[in-house]
Amino acid sequence: MSKRRESELAAAVRRATDVDVAECYQCGKCTAGCPMARWMDLGPNQVMRLVQVGDEAAEGRLLESTAIWVCAGCLVCTQRCPKELDPAAVMDALCERSYEAGKVSRERKRILAFHEAFLKVVEKTGRMSEAALVSLYKLKSRDFFSDVALAPAMLRRGKLRLLPQIIRGRKDVRRIFRACRGGATR
Amino acid sequence: MKTVGYYPGCSLAGSGRELDLSVRAVSEAAGVALREIEDWNCCGATSAHNLNHDLAVALPYRVLALAEAQGLREVLAPCAACFSRLKGTAVRLGRSGELAERMREIVGLAYRGTVGILNVVEYTSRLLKDGLQGKLTAPLGGMKVAAYYGCLLSRGEGIVENEDHENPSGMAAAIRAAGGEPVEWNFATECCGGGLSLPLTDAVVDLVGAILADARAAGAEAIVVGCPMCHSNLDMRQRTIRARGRGPGDMPVVYLTELVGLAAGLPAKALGLDRHFVDAMRLAERTP
Repeated sequence: MSKRRESELAAAVRRATDVDVAECYQCGKCTAGCPMARWMDLGPNQVMRLVQVGDEAAEGRLLESTAIWVCAGCLVCTQRCPKELDPAAVMDALCERSYEAGKVSRERKRILAFHEAFLKVVEKTGRMSEAALVSLYKLKSRDFFSDVALAPAMLRRGKLRLLPQIIRGRKDVRRIFRACRGGATR
Repeated sequence: MKTVGYYPGCSLAGSGRELDLSVRAVSEAAGVALREIEDWNCCGATSAHNLNHDLAVALPYRVLALAEAQGLREVLAPCAACFSRLKGTAVRLGRSGELAERMREIVGLAYRGTVGILNVVEYTSRLLKDGLQGKLTAPLGGMKVAAYYGCLLSRGEGIVENEDHENPSGMAAAIRAAGGEPVEWNFATECCGGGLSLPLTDAVVDLVGAILADARAAGAEAIVVGCPMCHSNLDMRQRTIRARGRGPGDMPVVYLTELVGLAAGLPAKALGLDRHFVDAMRLAERTP
């Protein structure tokens, strides 16, 4: 590898994911195969490029992008990368950084609302329960009216459990959440 | 009776109910006892790995540690997402002693790395090979189906093993063993949008619309899946697809274990086939 200076952002991404973004040579195969590219403001290869650049402007663009939240984690990019890099893991690391910096794209707040609702239910009970998840998500996202017709149809088919699943070790799970939150800013 | 550990995962108590019912029914028919991990917790799914990388490993770590302490050497995780999180964690722990040590501190339980994780395709294929195939009293009579692997039964380095990641074949082989005929199609490993069903419905409808259209064009009578997220996106979202004029919305979507259960002559309702949004009971009428 030629002489280069690694940006603070690239170093943080490398620590979180073991991916050295400098190795990306911008072939674009990740973006060509990405099923979500249509809904992204930056293609996965552009995300990799901006991490390479890594200055303040590039980081701001990344942390406020919709792309990192729209990534479905399908792993096509990671599977096909000729340099065996892991763009999907880079997306995750950027989501976490964006979340901690409070820079989540306004346009994609609903996705964050979903993840927050999901983790809140798991933190409280130890397991995800769909009824609790959906009601909490609707409160957080203020997306009250979509899919309301699905609930009675799911109930009729015995596919919507109204009572939460609560485990005995929920206190252990809460402790794990606390420890991981402490570690997240490490 | 052979015993295998069982991690149903959260969805199988709700929207993924048929996967739980059919996995249990097929196991019983094959003479395998499933032993559920006591007091298991959620694997964290996409939400944990998007928001907190430690949590994304710590939650599956607790499950692995419990399974080991309860004497389980192998655990079936029928949900493809749970499978990917559990096995992905096991793989990462195996690669990094430092990570394993940090997780032991965070979770407060020891894990020596002795638990193997099976996905539903590996498990079903093994049941068939270990004697279930000889007990199939109602083979599928050449039923044409599209084997849909989606993302997490086809991709994941070191996680999905013994498969060609671009052209997996395990599910198709199990379908053939049950007397079905897998069609040639283009969308076997395309993403359905996964966990974005609620917060980004438009994208999911678009992806699912294309998957359904290709299965239909290939002459499939049904799509076969091995993941509750794929299932709810492909099955439940057909209402929206019909409403938006993106297709007729009448493609049955069944779990691999439901299909194999039918071939084993198990009652359709016991497998959960009456619980789908798009009628799947008609598939039961196709078998003798």
